[in-house]
Amino acid sequence: MNWLSELKKSALTALWFMFLTFPIMVMKVSTIGSDNTTVYRWKNMVIVGIGAFFLSFVWRWMLERRDRGQSAKSAESQLKLTAQLSGFINQKHVKRPLLAALLVFVILFPFITSLYQTNIMITALIYVMLGLGLNIVVGYGGLLNLGYAAFYMVGAYTYALMFKYMNSFFIEMGWQSGVMFWIALPLAGVVAAAFGILLALPVLRLRGDYLAIVTLAFAEIMKMLATNLDKITLGPSGIPGIPRPWFFGLRMNPMNATKVIYFIIIIIVVLTIIIVKRLENSRIGRAWEAMREDEIACQSMGIDITKAKLTAFSMGAVWAGFAGVIMAAKTTVVNPNSFTVWESVIILCVVVLGGMGSIAGVIVGALIIILMPEYLRAFSEYRMLIFGIVLVLMMIFRPGGLVRKIRKVHKLEEEDA
Amino acid sequence: MPILDVKNVSMVFGGLRAVDAINLHINKGEIVALIGPNGAGKTTFFNCVTGVYNPTAGDILVQPPEGEQRRINGMKTNKVNELGLARTFQNIRLFNNMSVLENVMIGRHQSLKSGLWSSVIHSKSNREEEERVIHESFELLKKIGLAKYVNDLAKNLPYGAQRRLEIARAMATDPFLLLLDEPAAGMNPQETRELDRMIKWIRDNEDITILLIEHDMSLVMSLSERIYVMDYGKMIAEGSPDEIKQNPAVIKAYLGE
Repeated sequence: MNWLSELKKSALTALWFMFLTFPIMVMKVSTIGSDNTTVYRWKNMVIVGIGAFFLSFVWRWMLERRDRGQSAKSAESQLKLTAQLSGFINQKHVKRPLLAALLVFVILFPFITSLYQTNIMITALIYVMLGLGLNIVVGYGGLLNLGYAAFYMVGAYTYALMFKYMNSFFIEMGWQSGVMFWIALPLAGVVAAAFGILLALPVLRLRGDYLAIVTLAFAEIMKMLATNLDKITLGPSGIPGIPRPWFFGLRMNPMNATKVIYFIIIIIVVLTIIIVKRLENSRIGRAWEAMREDEIACQSMGIDITKAKLTAFSMGAVWAGFAGVIMAAKTTVVNPNSFTVWESVIILCVVVLGGMGSIAGVIVGALIIILMPEYLRAFSEYRMLIFGIVLVLMMIFRPGGLVRKIRKVHKLEEEDA
Repeated sequence: MPILDVKNVSMVFGGLRAVDAINLHINKGEIVALIGPNGAGKTTFFNCVTGVYNPTAGDILVQPPEGEQRRINGMKTNKVNELGLARTFQNIRLFNNMSVLENVMIGRHQSLKSGLWSSVIHSKSNREEEERVIHESFELLKKIGLAKYVNDLAKNLPYGAQRRLEIARAMATDPFLLLLDEPAAGMNPQETRELDRMIKWIRDNEDITILLIEHDMSLVMSLSERIYVMDYGKMIAEGSPDEIKQNPAVIKAYLGE
């Protein structure tokens, strides 16, 4: 009978888990006092055993369900559901009130919540921008970029260095330092795009793993440069005292500054969404996707792959540049340690968890990854554990991401022909 | 003057002469077949012509309908396509996760003008162009008989339809010469008959000359006006279908001594 083998499998799993967790769950060494004593907590072992026994049933049941194709079918139906939902939302009489409600909520948010809440929302929105930018490279272009934080850093340092070298000039001219923010913002976009091209040029022929390694190295090089060029960047301690954005002479205490930055980033995020959406449905967006699907076929259809890659890298980097300036203005200090590989990985997780190529997915992904740990402070020690488990489960049960991309449906008159 | 004139083209990989001093020419409005046993170098030859490989020696001359004759050795693949040579692939290379319509729209890429900036600001010319390309692509799909699949993902199409979609996508690039690499591979007899009709229809109505690689002899014999035969990288015969059927060198290549 099948039951017997199932029971045996679960029993084995339970045994294996009891063995694995023995040192951390059962043994406890007390170092207090002169003689080290070891306490054995056998009760924990029993709990682990029973837990693993039952969970392994659930696990196998889910795997089996997936293999039987039910999950594939349900994924299909979920996709249909998402499509219906978006169809419903896109109706005029639903869309407008919904957008209005969202707008009111977004505008009121910094006034009805605390400074702390607004601050984490700004961070989350910065990651929405970063995610949308990386989504162009990874989601549309299919170019695995593990060094995206480098562009984020380029943006932040553009503002920081501008402050460092131009501040005295601004003071001499009698202008407020915060005005520099508004110059740095577009400038950082341009500089980041230039760095995007700089990275893209040597990796034009690379794909997949090789590309990932080179981009990883690129990010590390950029970080090393920022750390070691201490004459220019002030090294690991970073550049402090970066001015908050000028806003019609409003006095920039932390309270006001947070609100102003909040509204600035809201506007930029909305702009980002509109622009990325338009790019996606344009000639260039299609070329990016074709490049992701098949490079050789793409070239044979007359697409200049060099141009497509360069535009994908530079258009992706632009948003990181903007995000970097906002981040610098928010924290008022920039140092190389804010831009580690870990940062790149988080941004990649935002894209992958949300759903590659899906704008709504990236927004949801960023909000979940950044806000969840903040609101689950109690679990903050297990943050990485939960993070890892969520990603592994995602890859097994929902490889397309949380909100999968819905392809644009073209309505054509003679469709029933 | 032939629209494609290949003179003494060789492609050498290390010690292997995959294509060895091939001569071939195609006149406007012809359907020409290139046949030969597996590994004869047919696809390598295609790759030389379409710019995937840069041939080791020889000249590939192309005469576009308007303009002068051009030597296209070593030209980038996308430039060759711009010139008016479009191809399909032996193992289907569609953009699987894009819709059927989008696949064809990619083919129109070259004929579109709008750049990054006009896409971002959604200018009037950009919107008109998008509408036009959707319309044109749909018209093309109707001609090829794929209109009912418009919004389906390319990977979800039946096999025969995928093959036809590849041809449609190639046609969307406005070629004067279409290079088909084993278009009937894996098709059932009925699909092959449809393909036969379709290729003739494309030649007659779309003003496109066709060069195809094919193993299905009944299709080759019924379609082509001239046949080239390759074996071990060399061109061993050229002629009408009837001549090729009688040619001792061809029989030897296919059946052995």
